[in-house]
Amino acid sequence: MNLIASLAAGLIFGFGLIISGMVNPAKVQNFLDLFGTWDPSLAFVMGGAIAIGLPGFWLLGKWSKPLFASAFQWPNKTDLDAKLIGGSALFGIGWGLGGFCPGPAVTALTIGSTGVFIFVPAMLIGMWATKLVK
Amino acid sequence: MTTEFTPLLSLAGGLLIGLSALILMAANGRIAGISGIVSRILPPHSDRSGLLQAVVFVAGLLLAAPLYKILTSEAPAQMMTDSTPILIIAGLLVGFGSVIGGGCTSGHGVCGLSRLSQRSIIATCTFMITAFVTVYILRHVLGATS
Repeated sequence: MNLIASLAAGLIFGFGLIISGMVNPAKVQNFLDLFGTWDPSLAFVMGGAIAIGLPGFWLLGKWSKPLFASAFQWPNKTDLDAKLIGGSALFGIGWGLGGFCPGPAVTALTIGSTGVFIFVPAMLIGMWATKLVK
Repeated sequence: MTTEFTPLLSLAGGLLIGLSALILMAANGRIAGISGIVSRILPPHSDRSGLLQAVVFVAGLLLAAPLYKILTSEAPAQMMTDSTPILIIAGLLVGFGSVIGGGCTSGHGVCGLSRLSQRSIIATCTFMITAFVTVYILRHVLGATS
């Protein structure tokens, strides 16, 4: 059952990324271009996701365990360190440069634009190398 | 170049993303953080049950575009830079930064903000600021058109 849930969650997530316009790097960069061709759409993506996530996660916080696993794996880190801030800063630079973050980039592989086949391997190398060093 | 303002579609997409994050937590007890899920698939593997779930989640992501094409008989709109060096640098920074920072737009942005996590609020503010500054420099200082 947990694999069916994973598949459904992935499909719904990908569909959300597509209809929201997140898979279009130009739209992401236009959201980030406050002083140019600004397109505020992506604020609505975040707004929609949090509108359902905020009450939903609050409610799940009261559950004793998930439906198909023995325990919730809530994030337990609380340290506000240089890795959190430095890593996030570099992530933002890459996101601004390419207009892709990980979810939309992976989802876009089956749309098939040439650029995504350059971006995703580079992203995977970045993740893999970091994981090795960690 | 301009893109069309799509508040309703973007809101609907956001609701689906939030719904997906809740399904994954309610069913499997896991955070829908895409950088975490994708990097879990890469070696070395430490979490076998998590590995299989991650592979299946990514399969779901990959099925979304073909399903969208079948339902709407059109491909999702996409425009991006055709500069190979920019795409490579962007990909490396996104991969490296999200693993070091412990999350991306989904894990910190969607799930973390929804859980009011202090770490995620700081991470999201940080990457939003550097992303705004990067696009400003790219388009208004260096004069890139895409």
